[in-house]
Amino acid sequence: MADTQKARHREPLLHIAKRDDMAGWQAWLIRVAAILIAFLLVGLVSMALTGESLPEIYSTMLRGVFGRLFKGKTSLLWTYLQRTAVLLCLGLAVTPAFKMKFWNCGAEGQALMGGLAAMMCMIHLGHLPYPLLLLVVIGSSILVGAVWGLIPAVFKAYYNTNETLFTLMMNYVATQIVSYYVYLVGQGSGVIQPVATGNLPTIGNSKQLLNILIVAVLMVLMFIYLKYSKQGYEITVVGESQNTARYIGINVKKVILRTMLISGAICGIAGMLLVSGIDHSVNADTIGGQGFTAIMVSWLGQFNPYIIAAMSALIIFLESGAGKVADTFFLNGSFAGVASGIVILFLVGCEFFIRYSVKIRRTRKEETV
Amino acid sequence: MNVPAIELRNITKRFGAKVVANKDVCLTANRGEILSILGENGSGKTTLMNMIAGIYYPDEGQILIDGEEVVIASPKDAFDYKIGMIHQHFKLVDVFSAAENVVLGLNEKEPYNLKVATDRVREISEQYGFELDPTKKIYEMSVSEKQTVEIIKVLYRGADILILDEPTAVLTPQETQKLFAVLRRMRDAGKAIIIITHKLHEVLSLSDRVTVLRKGEYAGTVITAETSETELTEMMVGEKVSLNIHRSEPQNLTPRLEVHHINCSNREGVKVLDNVSFVANAGEILGIAGIAGSGQRELLEAIAGLQRLDSGAVLYNNPQTGKMDNLTTKTPLQIRELGVRLSFVPEDRLGMGLVANMDIVDNMMLRSYRRGHSMFLERKKPKELAERIIEELQVVTPGASTPVRRLSGGNVQKVLLGREIAASPTVLMAAYPVRGLDIGASHTVYRLLNEQKEKGVAVIFVGEDLDVLLELCDRILVIGSGHITGLVDARSATKEEIGLLMTKTVTTEDGGEQNG
Repeated sequence: MADTQKARHREPLLHIAKRDDMAGWQAWLIRVAAILIAFLLVGLVSMALTGESLPEIYSTMLRGVFGRLFKGKTSLLWTYLQRTAVLLCLGLAVTPAFKMKFWNCGAEGQALMGGLAAMMCMIHLGHLPYPLLLLVVIGSSILVGAVWGLIPAVFKAYYNTNETLFTLMMNYVATQIVSYYVYLVGQGSGVIQPVATGNLPTIGNSKQLLNILIVAVLMVLMFIYLKYSKQGYEITVVGESQNTARYIGINVKKVILRTMLISGAICGIAGMLLVSGIDHSVNADTIGGQGFTAIMVSWLGQFNPYIIAAMSALIIFLESGAGKVADTFFLNGSFAGVASGIVILFLVGCEFFIRYSVKIRRTRKEETV
Repeated sequence: MNVPAIELRNITKRFGAKVVANKDVCLTANRGEILSILGENGSGKTTLMNMIAGIYYPDEGQILIDGEEVVIASPKDAFDYKIGMIHQHFKLVDVFSAAENVVLGLNEKEPYNLKVATDRVREISEQYGFELDPTKKIYEMSVSEKQTVEIIKVLYRGADILILDEPTAVLTPQETQKLFAVLRRMRDAGKAIIIITHKLHEVLSLSDRVTVLRKGEYAGTVITAETSETELTEMMVGEKVSLNIHRSEPQNLTPRLEVHHINCSNREGVKVLDNVSFVANAGEILGIAGIAGSGQRELLEAIAGLQRLDSGAVLYNNPQTGKMDNLTTKTPLQIRELGVRLSFVPEDRLGMGLVANMDIVDNMMLRSYRRGHSMFLERKKPKELAERIIEELQVVTPGASTPVRRLSGGNVQKVLLGREIAASPTVLMAAYPVRGLDIGASHTVYRLLNEQKEKGVAVIFVGEDLDVLLELCDRILVIGSGHITGLVDARSATKEEIGLLMTKTVTTEDGGEQNG
């Protein structure tokens, strides 16, 4: 009976096994290595496209991010930090929702509505005393952002509608509302001229510092909220397992509503920063797609506010650096997208090697029975 | 001599180093025959069939099809050998019609033509007597229609060895009879049919031969016409094994929890608990025996406030106030606020009792994190508790800040049970607390449950191993298809007695037959 051993074992050559045992520092080493390799690849690709040398490309990139050295300071550093802060703010906003596994893809719309609210107050309530106006601007943008986030949450909690589609659709509604408002106020010109009333104050002579500080404080608060507060704990439990949440008596509906209120409110703050702190005007493209980039940043940062900050800095670095390379060497504007694409691919791809180990299966000899 | 359609020789399958799902299992199935695979939960029936269907790969042993040894490394290989498996959980696309689902993933040479497929599906339905509209969408279908689609799917692909994994578990008695008629017709058409089940009367009424598995091992094959329920039960449960579980005499028995005539339906509207009543006493371990899915989970969840009841009441005799509290419509939080110290070790440890990605400390807080008025968490006491449990129950873990998903099954259970006991409960419910645990960890669990009983806690133990139930519990409640089919004294009852009660057929008032 053992003679029928003709069958060939068709087992796969590569064997992928899940692993849990990697130490934290090892994982970070892999991630940093992945980023470095990705940057090298970005440099090589640019080299192939432009024919410039690697040092030239990297220095152009740095110049794009930080600007030229000027009296020992880099001229664009503050702008770079401010752009990072805005992206970080949106990333922080979606994080509690994502931790709860509520896929809030509506940061764009929530921030835009917050920005619109700020703008409206700045224009129509400009006669109020400045401190009061400032409070109204901040309060209204937070409130409107929160409401814009709450609407899909209500439908999710009570009718179990798909929040991804719902929040995406809300973005379009927000864009159209803002376009309409711009049409009304701009009297057909399609632009609202910068408004001088109700702007965020400047600290010293820096226009950016306050925006950056606000987001930095938010970052620390969000870290504490998620890690040390009871509400943050509930978010984690609901996100990990609704069954467990039920089992210990957490009111899942309430947590969904509360978390989306927070998420929308922080989006509102981001919108307020852009409108009242940076642009002093609003248009349908004020957020400029950063609400979507924020989704990626939040994931890349593994829902940890500090890592999200680092990731925001990295993404903005790539956008402005590669943008400069494209400008300087007459490449197409999409080059920045290609560069970020390469880095993100490496960053996401390296997680595979952190979570799994790949073994090559030793060939099995014919078995005897 | 005719060659069997499929033959398994000495199949062994291990999961990890410790768990042996199948050990030296042999079986043969012939064409024109229905073979039943009978066994209790966890006896390795599904694992064995998954190896034939190409989902698992055996560690040892051979599979022969028509006398030729074959290697089945993927479901595609299984299809090539004309093996079709109908799983317990359907794999259908809801928004597609029956015919679309049937041809889905089929790699035919001819271009895709839905009309031809629909006609062919209709043809197969008529040939074997299925009632199915090929154009109906899956989401409009009943469970039994979905199952029909699954069966036609494998027939369409030309399967002539059919494996059905507990096909009747989701069917009403009438639907079951229809399915059996179809299966008999397929047998007469010369197909080999293997059906996994643990319902004795179905085995007796449907199959030609029965292969019995017990704890992953081959317990024998008998011809259905020559056997009886008693013989099959004995083969299934096996000889009584002594486990040396310590059991003390119950002291100061007082009724603690009273369940009165509760009825409960699942989402599909099928009755899962039917007029269930019992009393759990403080100071004893009440065992609940039954085939998996007979309503045990719903019963415990109903008591814990997680399951909506159609009717009936759950009463708690509060030792502090001496009054009866009605828990029937309360949520888990309301039950706790009443001062009822109800601990529950659910069957799904990592999906319900614990959060797999959280560390041991954070899991300790699940029940107690709300304490105090601060909006921040207090991790000091949970940390102490975690360290105490790790030390006292000898949890093998790198530390208290290790996520519980990294722990082995036994250690996960120690963490969960440790937390539930630390709440000093008056009622402790444990569902399958030793499932998947090795002997050492199992004995730790028995010891903990006994300690609780001696402290005067009403312990409810849902188990599957009859040897354990008989040695650990004081009384055993037997549940079958949502009915209470018996209540026995664990000191005097026998395995066969309980085995028969578990599979007993209950006649309901309207005269219809229910599977027991």
